[in-house]
Amino acid sequence: MSFGSFLLLAVLEGLVQAAVLSLTALGLSLVFGVMRIVNVAHGEFFMLGAVIAWWTASSLGLPTAAGFALALLAAPLAVAAVAAAAERTVLRPLGHDPEATIVATIGLLYVVQQTVLLTYGPDARPVAAPFDPLVQFPAFGYSGYKLAVIGAALALLLATWLVLTRTKAGLLMRATQLDRETAQAFGIPVGLVYAGVFAAGAGLAALAAALVVPIRQAHYLMGGDPLLLSFIVVIIGGLGSIRGTLLAALLIGLTDGIVSMFFSPTLAKMISTLAVALVLVLRPQGLFGTREA
Amino acid sequence: MRAGDPPPHATTPEGGAGDRPRHGRAGRAAWRPAAVHAGVALALLALQFVLPEYHRLALTRIMVLAVYAMGFNVAFGYAGLLSLGHAMFFAAGLYGAGLTVYHLDWPVWLGFLAGVTAGAALSAVAGAVALRTKGVAFMIVTLMFAQTAYLATLHFTTWTRGDEGLTLTGAARVLTLGPVSLDLADAATRYNVAWALLAATLLVTHRLARSRLGRALVAVRENEARTAMLGYDTFALRWRALVISGTLSAVSGAATALLFAYIGSSFASIQTSIEPLLFTLLGGAGTVLGPLLGTALMFTLIEVASEITTAHLLAVGAVLIALVLFFPKGLVGTLRDRVAPWLP
Repeated sequence: MSFGSFLLLAVLEGLVQAAVLSLTALGLSLVFGVMRIVNVAHGEFFMLGAVIAWWTASSLGLPTAAGFALALLAAPLAVAAVAAAAERTVLRPLGHDPEATIVATIGLLYVVQQTVLLTYGPDARPVAAPFDPLVQFPAFGYSGYKLAVIGAALALLLATWLVLTRTKAGLLMRATQLDRETAQAFGIPVGLVYAGVFAAGAGLAALAAALVVPIRQAHYLMGGDPLLLSFIVVIIGGLGSIRGTLLAALLIGLTDGIVSMFFSPTLAKMISTLAVALVLVLRPQGLFGTREA
Repeated sequence: MRAGDPPPHATTPEGGAGDRPRHGRAGRAAWRPAAVHAGVALALLALQFVLPEYHRLALTRIMVLAVYAMGFNVAFGYAGLLSLGHAMFFAAGLYGAGLTVYHLDWPVWLGFLAGVTAGAALSAVAGAVALRTKGVAFMIVTLMFAQTAYLATLHFTTWTRGDEGLTLTGAARVLTLGPVSLDLADAATRYNVAWALLAATLLVTHRLARSRLGRALVAVRENEARTAMLGYDTFALRWRALVISGTLSAVSGAATALLFAYIGSSFASIQTSIEPLLFTLLGGAGTVLGPLLGTALMFTLIEVASEITTAHLLAVGAVLIALVLFFPKGLVGTLRDRVAPWLP
């Protein structure tokens, strides 16, 4: 295979990675932007989405395509429900204090992860793709499903953007993000917005996971990487900035896809993690963000 | 922990807690903390004659881990620095001691010093960078520094052998100090070395809590702007707290390597950063004895839970949530509020 084809393959892999990552990171960014809290359990919501998708697709006895379609619906809804319940019982009593919330979501991380270990077990399980034609490029064939994932992620990102900018719900969210107290004074049910945003953020991660299970298997420890990468994306993109998050997801996804094809993945992760930590120290508003007043 | 909480270690003039008799300054109460701490240390020393073999080993591990938790508490409990990356300091001690003894055949005492020095140096550098941030950003930056360190232990497998790790044997198990030579594979020796480290740490944190530095750290924790206005260099104070904390963590890491003879990547993982936080929260942040008590209880709980199920981390998660929600001051912190306001 020529270098050009190899690079094209790396770019395609990077785009798939970027697509999944942008959905997951958008969830984290939304929660941080509106609620000003860091959800360390975000990766576990991703993992829970994958496990629920596996369960829906494989144990209800539906035909592959129908089972998968149902999984795409069930995974985000079920995970959103879990997240909303966690917000009500754990985060709200803490008054969404940033530091206490991090400690509590670390606890939540273990509870979700270990509960899945107890019920679903330690095995990695695959989900069959609903369709997977081979798309022929000059030098290699590529999975049609992966290309569909890129398209689906784009559509979902567009939909999220429309919801945020064109609907009443989006307006309420943006108002709460801008100034919580004024929003409350204007009669916006801030508590409800918080629960909704937390659920929606988790739902986005679960949706991304449901899209990705046919490519990567469902496993109870699969939440670690998406969490770390989402952190990186959200920090590079500027905490709470949606546009920055998307740009950064593209950047990180592509870099990660390309770099890990050419270099040792551990070394690549090491350097990118350190670089991101330094970004946070030197440019806390992110590479694409603007400094808040 | 929570922004609105009254300070557990009241030194601020407002809020009622300040008018109760405080330790230290009221001469009548000054001897009580020292007596309590000496009593705890002596009780631990005596326990080895009572405990059966298995529990003696468990207590040895608890004492070594407690040094780590007490070190963490210097930053978190006293200076209010919530780090999610203390595993890197622990690992600096672990690898600093383990690698020099394993690969360079350094004597055990020198390896121990190398580990502690590595931890002190790492915390000095990492602190100088990470302390430019505060609050949530500080938590994430320390988390990512520690993640980098963890990945480094996996990447340089030639020396560390990653997850599989290294096992110390032979001469690396004998601590020679002048004419004295101690066999670290012997259970009783190990217990007493661990006890000596714990007692020293207890003394250090006891003195720190009552020193000017300790009080200044609490002032930074409660209100940094006000402390700065009073003329303190708050960055330098936070940095000193982090270096003391990181160095004590490295003491525990180095002791873990040399006493228990195993050095592996898992000691550098995120879970190692979470553990001292859990221990400290359970026992009581900003108290001298809290981390020790928290370590003992949580260690036992995890032991019991892992006998019942492979998912023993479930207990860790549940306890973390319950503590933050219902018991933010921990056991000793609550005891201090209700019964013994003189506890440091």
